[in-house]
Amino acid sequence: MNRCHRTLTILAYGLLASFSVWAADVPLANDSVYQLEISLTNQDGKPMTLLEHRGQPLLISMFYTGCQFVCPRIIDALKKTEASLTPAERKNTKVLMVTFDPEHDDIAALKTVATERGLASPQWAIARTDDRNVRKLAAALGIQYRALPNGDFNHTSVLILLDAEGRIVAKTSTIGGADPEFVTEVKKVAKQKIAAK
Amino acid sequence: MQSLFSRAVLFAVLVVGSATLSFTNFVFATEYVTIPAGSITSVLANDAAPDAIPIAAFAMRATPVTNGEFLNFVNAHSVWQRGRAPATFVDASYLNGWRSATELGDSAREHQPVTSVSWFAAEAFCESEGARLPTWMEWEYVAAADETSTDARRDPAWRARILSWYSRSSAVPIESVGGPRNAYGVSNIHSLIWEWVDDFNALLVSADSRTQGDPDKVQFCGAGAISLKSRDNYAVLMRIALLSSLNAADTTNNLGFRCVRKASSSTAPPSIPAKEKK
Repeated sequence: MNRCHRTLTILAYGLLASFSVWAADVPLANDSVYQLEISLTNQDGKPMTLLEHRGQPLLISMFYTGCQFVCPRIIDALKKTEASLTPAERKNTKVLMVTFDPEHDDIAALKTVATERGLASPQWAIARTDDRNVRKLAAALGIQYRALPNGDFNHTSVLILLDAEGRIVAKTSTIGGADPEFVTEVKKVAKQKIAAK
Repeated sequence: MQSLFSRAVLFAVLVVGSATLSFTNFVFATEYVTIPAGSITSVLANDAAPDAIPIAAFAMRATPVTNGEFLNFVNAHSVWQRGRAPATFVDASYLNGWRSATELGDSAREHQPVTSVSWFAAEAFCESEGARLPTWMEWEYVAAADETSTDARRDPAWRARILSWYSRSSAVPIESVGGPRNAYGVSNIHSLIWEWVDDFNALLVSADSRTQGDPDKVQFCGAGAISLKSRDNYAVLMRIALLSSLNAADTTNNLGFRCVRKASSSTAPPSIPAKEKK
């Protein structure tokens, strides 16, 4: 490679970086959860991927609609965390909830939860994927779960913050309300994104 | 009769063909043995579950996956080579006993079980041969057998024999796979290595904590918690303790795996053309 070419290449990458453009030739972070190639379907029946969240922070959690006690409190925690953000921060922070129970949680079930709890797309995605991918996503997020014979699931209840590259930057198991330390982390990551724009 | 015979010949050709074609460096006959349906009273009792948990028939690799087999896999799927596999899927010690990303070397022999592989890497290997990791219950079901009985767990001699393996030093090099088979035709399930299971992150989801502590820090959802039955089956409980302490990208130098697949696929290869099924 001659020097001129190299200089041009460096310039080109510099331009890409300064405009915060997620070009296909900028490799995804090695430790990104988005390394998992998973296809999901949201509450509107729209197909989505993990990778499409690259470029902005994401709040992610796993739940199932048949869960009467804990899961509604996970949604409360996500809503209250979101409510603690400024409008600009909120605009830059999407929320993704993925069900443990694709067998029972069809699009209609997800839509019902979204409607009842006022979780509107595109800000909120209440999504499903297949069994194998549920296990993989939980594994990548460090979430434990198991199906019980009566149709319930035992699972860790946790809110996870991913940065713009899909890296895990914070977790909280406080549910029902907003965890102040977690909110601070979300604001920090959301601000970085706003500053980069 | 004749068509049956020709189908059998075709089947044999397909099986041999598919077993040899897909390997570039080493040629292995991948042997899956059929495990008949039954039930297991697991050491992992669940107060929402019946005592005996039904197990559907499946097929299991007779031996753990070897270094040679895993080398073929990373040659065919370079994204799983050491140094290339993303940190989300493998930790820093992934395949660290190999001489290089594509060479085994003296400390990783061809017929030794592959170790220092993560759950994600093990899953990917199994998927590459149309299989998956066994569930804990499937593994425990097969592991309950000795050479003559499918459930030897109450035999004190059997328990002592297994425990003696667990007390061996992990500094001693791991032997090659093979050797005595249990009543199902499976080898090395207690000797040699620890093995990943598909639902490693489901084993010790601790008790539903609704009744204790800060209600806003409830960790677990759903009725029914796991408690441990058969506390004297210490060898199997140690496996659960190890597996439930791991993250999916973790590797250790004595943790490997074997795969399972549908019982039917060992008798009906997917490549049989539709007209042959008539």
